[in-house]
Formats: sequence, C-alpha cells, structure tokens
Amino acid sequence: MFIVKHRNVFFAISALATLAAVVSIAVFGLKLGLDFTGGTLIQATYAGGRPAPETLTQSLDAAGFKGYSLREANTEDYILRAGNLAPEVRENLPSILSPEGSNPVAIGQLTEVGPTIGLELRNKALIALGLVLLCILFFIAFAFRKVSQPVSSWQYGLIALLTLCFDVIVPVGFFAFLGYAVGVQVDALFVTAVLTILGYSVHDTIVVFDRTRENLRINHDRNRKEPFEEVAGRALSQTVVRSTNTSLTTALVLMVLFVLGPESTKYFALTLLVGIITGTYSSIFLATPLLVTVEQWRRQKGK
Amino acid sequence: MWQKRALALVILVVGTGIGWYVYSSQVDASRPFKLGLDLSGGTQLVYRAKLDAIKGSDVADSMASLRDTIERRVNLFGVSEPIVQTEHAGTLAGTSEERLLVELPGVTDTQKAIELIGQTPVLEFRMLKEGAETTATASSTVNELFEPAAITGKDLKSAELQFQGGAGQLNEPVVVLHFNAEGARIFAELTKNNVGRTFGMFLDGVAISTPVIREAIPDGTAVISGSFTPVEAKELARNLNYGALPVPIELVSTQTVSGTLGEKAVQDGILAALWGVGAVILFMLLWYRLPGLLAAVALTLYIVAMLALFQLIPVTLTAAGIAAFILSIGMAVDANVLIFERMKEELRGGKSAADAIHDGFARAWPSIRDSNISSMITAVILFWFGTSLIKGFALVFGLGVLVSMLTAISVSRTFLLALDMQAKGGFTRFLFGSGTSN
Repeated sequence: MFIVKHRNVFFAISALATLAAVVSIAVFGLKLGLDFTGGTLIQATYAGGRPAPETLTQSLDAAGFKGYSLREANTEDYILRAGNLAPEVRENLPSILSPEGSNPVAIGQLTEVGPTIGLELRNKALIALGLVLLCILFFIAFAFRKVSQPVSSWQYGLIALLTLCFDVIVPVGFFAFLGYAVGVQVDALFVTAVLTILGYSVHDTIVVFDRTRENLRINHDRNRKEPFEEVAGRALSQTVVRSTNTSLTTALVLMVLFVLGPESTKYFALTLLVGIITGTYSSIFLATPLLVTVEQWRRQKGK
Repeated sequence: MWQKRALALVILVVGTGIGWYVYSSQVDASRPFKLGLDLSGGTQLVYRAKLDAIKGSDVADSMASLRDTIERRVNLFGVSEPIVQTEHAGTLAGTSEERLLVELPGVTDTQKAIELIGQTPVLEFRMLKEGAETTATASSTVNELFEPAAITGKDLKSAELQFQGGAGQLNEPVVVLHFNAEGARIFAELTKNNVGRTFGMFLDGVAISTPVIREAIPDGTAVISGSFTPVEAKELARNLNYGALPVPIELVSTQTVSGTLGEKAVQDGILAALWGVGAVILFMLLWYRLPGLLAAVALTLYIVAMLALFQLIPVTLTAAGIAAFILSIGMAVDANVLIFERMKEELRGGKSAADAIHDGFARAWPSIRDSNISSMITAVILFWFGTSLIKGFALVFGLGVLVSMLTAISVSRTFLLALDMQAKGGFTRFLFGSGTSN
C-alpha cells in the first residue's frame, strides 16, 4: 500500500502542518471575540456609499469611543468593535456613525455582551471542551476494549488520540491565521465547530483501526502469515473510499455553506471544512502509518 | 417480496404526504417556521436579577412577578409575539444567577427597547370621554374610551399608604398621591372643571382606579381607592415611589439584528441548502448509480421529515440551526456511503445482488451506529453548554443525526430490497457499481 510504504513522506507533511499551525497560533495568537471578552459589535451598512475611515474615526473619538476597532466589510459595511456603550451613545448611534448626515446609515446588527456573561461563556466553553474530550476518550477506550495482537489496544487508542490532537491543532492554527488576515475572532461558534470536528473525525480513525483488527483476526483464523505492514495497508485501501466519500459529501455542503450561506456562519462553515479535511487526512495518512511504525518499534525492541 | 414493495410504496406515500403538508403550510402561511431573532430581525435583551436582598425561598416568586411586570410593559409596546422568560444560569462555572430574557421581534431600536423595559412604572391620568361607558377598563379599549388628562405621572411627588374608613365601615387601604406644586395647581384646575366626569388612574396602561370627580381638590392630593388588600396598596405605593420592578435588574447583554439582514440570512441559508442538497445528490448519483438514486430518495425523505419536525416540535431556527441542518444533509448520506461501499465489496466477493445488499447492511451497521454515537455525544454536550445560539445548532444537529440514521438505514434498505435484484448479470453489476474499476 502506497501510503504505508511512503509513510515517512506523510509524517513529514503532517509534521509540517502541525508546525505551521503551532507557529501560526504562537505568532498571530487567537483573538477572543465579543462572546468571551464582552463588549460591543456594530455592523453599520451604508447603502449609498460609506464614509472615509478618517471621518468616521473622528466622529467616534468625538463621541467618546475608546479602544475601538473599525474594519471595512463587504462593499458597503463597517464593523465596529468597542467596549460597552453608554445609553446616550446608544441612542445617538445613527448620527455618530453618519457624521454630518452625509452617509445615511442602517444598523444591521448591534450586539453587546456584558463582561460577566463573557467570563461565564469562557468557562462554559472550557468545560464543554474538557467534557467532549473526556467522553471521546471513553468512547475510544470502549472501541478498543478488546485486546489485540501484535499492537496492544491502548496503543490504538493513544494513536487515535494523537490524530485527534492533530485534527484540532490544524484548524485552530488556520483560524489564528484567519484572525490575522481578515480579523476573524474566536467566538462561541468557533468552539462549537471544534467540538463538532472532534465528534466527527474520531470515528474515521476508529474505522480504519477496526478493519486492521478484523483483517488480523481473519488471518489468525485462517492461519495465514502476513506482515503487519501489509495487513494495515490492506485495511487502509479497503476503507479509503468510504472515508473520503463520507467526508466529501460533508465537505461539499460546507463549501456551499461557506460560499453561499449566511454571513454569520461563513467562518463557522470554513472552520468545519478545514477540520473535516484535516480529520480525513489524518485518519488516512497519519493514523495507520503511525500504527505500522509503532508495531515496528515493538518488533525491534523485542529482538 | 410484495410486502417489501408495499412497504416501499407506503414510505413514499407517507413521505409525499408529509412533504405536501410542509409545503402547503408554508404556501398559505398557516404554520410558518419559527425563526430566531437573528433571522426575523429584532432585539434580545438579557438582564441579571439582583437578588441580594431577597431570601432564597422567595426567589422563584420574585422572578415570576418580575416576568409578569416586564411582560405587561412589553405588551404595551405593541410587539407581536414577544418572549419574556426567566432563566437560571451558570451552576458549574461557580456563579449562579437568575436572568430575564426578553425577545422583541421586529424591534430594532435597541435604546428604545432598553428604556421601555428599564423605566419606572408609568402612572397616567386620563379622563373618560364624554358619553363613554365606564364599565370597560381593559387596556385594549383604554385609548378609545379615555383621553389624556392635563396632569401626568411626572407631576407626582410621592405616594403613601393610608387607611380610610367611613362611619361604621372597616378601614379600607388606599394610596394617597401627593403632587408637586405644579401638579397641585393643574390638578386643582382639572377637578374644578370636570366635576361629575370619570377620572382614570393607570399604571403601565392598566386601570387601577376610576373614581368619579365629586368636587374640586385644591390641596394637591388624590386618593386611589381600588379594592386593595393592605399588601397590594403598600406595594403600589412603593412602586410609585421607587420604581415598579419587584427585583432590581441590570442589563448584561443585548443583541439587535435588523430585519433586512435577517431576511438576507434566510435567503442565503435556503440557497445554500438547495445547492448543498443538489451537490450531494449529484455526487451520490455519479458515484453509486442506482443505490445513489435511492440514497437521494432517502435524503429527500430525511429533509421532509426534518422540516416537519421543525414545525411540530417547534424548533426555533437560527442561522446556526440552518448551518447545522445543511451540515447534517452532508452527513445524512454517510450511512449510505458506508452501506454501499460494503455492498460493493460483497459484490466483488462474488455474491448475488440481494445477498450483497443484505450483508452490506448487516456489516455496515456497527460502524454507522458508532459514528452517530460520537456525533451525538458532541450534540448533547453542546446543547447543555449552549447559549441560545449554540443550543440552536446542537438541537438541529442532534435531531439530524437521529433522523438521518433512521432514513438512511431503514428507508434505503427497504427500497433496495424492494427492487429485488437477483441477477448476477453485467447490467445489475453496472447499476450497483461505482466510479472505481476494482
């Protein structure tokens, strides 16, 4: 099997991807969004052309806005992020955002999150992440509860976990880059996307491993000797079509959702898309090659 | 065999029936889908109740009466189908809070909404129009029957509880209003000119007392004598003095989405769903041929079933919910992919089409079950973790996983078996084949 044979190439690719993701997270960092920090997000739409950023900045400064960020979006929108608003500011928003009344403005969206809610959401997100990881750990342990040879079942589980880490690190790194490139921030939907990826990807890996064990059992029953490398490679080629096809249909709809779907779920769809592609890659090009390598180490140690 | 065909027919008929129901309920708008505020446009306000001064055992009561008060004000605002609900938040995170959630569809002036809810009670004085009957005091007819009086709640200085009693009667609790100097002057004028007319006092638009003016009142006090219990009278006096909410509240988050933005999100969502379904069906047809066609039928039934469930439960659809639905369309065919791949393997092993179908289903089942379990775990945790946004996603996602398991397995199985493919010939193999040569 091509993939197992040239596994070092794929290890290198995986390592590079991980490195890129880690560097991206370290350099760009994850920008926590409104949901977690509290604050205000305003989407202002100027149907008749938007004012120059300087004009708007002046008007905002005059109104007492501090530490805000103003970003152009689409062709006629501004996205403004700021701290919590005073009532009189909220009341005068249309006139503040349309200095001298030159550019009529419509406020498409106004979201304010208080600091306590932000903190609560952050805690909840961490708890949810921990819980999902824990449940999936149990799930893996359950899936690999039967002892098998020549690789013991906890090692299957460990490798599955490793690929899962890979599945999370890559989209998070990608998102850090997105934050740098287009100013996307980490919000509750991002956490949701990561958790959904976890639940979806873990299974592909389990399927390949299951097939390997099934092949091993059949070989054992038929008293057939076959190198582990080939057994695993065969399992991979038996499952590769189903793995890619299940992911492909999901990736298809996510691509459509990213391109055509509502503005508010665009980056959610993109995160899921990257996660699902990563998950499929790792279950094909990372999990089984790792398994073969681990088995090799064992044999060499045994000698 | 005829039982299987009959069953397949029944499934088709039922599916078409549900589809027709969903379609017609949209056409005549008898049961529209429930849209969240991010899609319908509107304002959501979340308040934290400051319960420091309230005993633990009274919390539920206080929150209920808070909800009623706010609900009354919101109704006064003339919003259609507002939602006012209390919410218990954050137990694991170490904080425990009572919250009040207010959703005002169609209201996009955030500041106005905040003022409406946060205000102290509106005390209004009105005069009954000449010739109108006094019996009807329901709030809906207030504007028809009463006209605003010259004096307003702003002229009120203070309110106090007193007991008044006529000779031989039990003392009756009343609320005495003291007007400020300006108010006293207006009130004196008003009572002098309108002796014999009915004067109404309204709190947040609801009539409390509608006495008849018997004589001019020059000293700037008015008496509200409804049929109060002492407690009610005391509460009313307190509300008028300090603001009407039984529990002080603090605004912690707001979200306003304009109707145009929401409408666009709905359109984009529908467009994405249609193209998504089209892409998936095309892929299944090209790759799996005949079974792919059946998967497309199963997928259609899945979509119809989900839409019907959205209406029946009912599920409040948000942008995140629509995203979950579209995601679930991509995942719904996963089970079919697993089954068909396994079937092809069995075919390659030399089995007849019928045997291959049977064994394919049997062997793919554990895998389908497991993959759905891991997705269900995520959905359940997300639902528990969720803010309303995440809950919307998790609910649709979880529903999708369950329903798709049903449709993908039972429906496509029934259809495949109903086709009764016995032949081992080349054509059958072509129909069941796939894009790969092996």
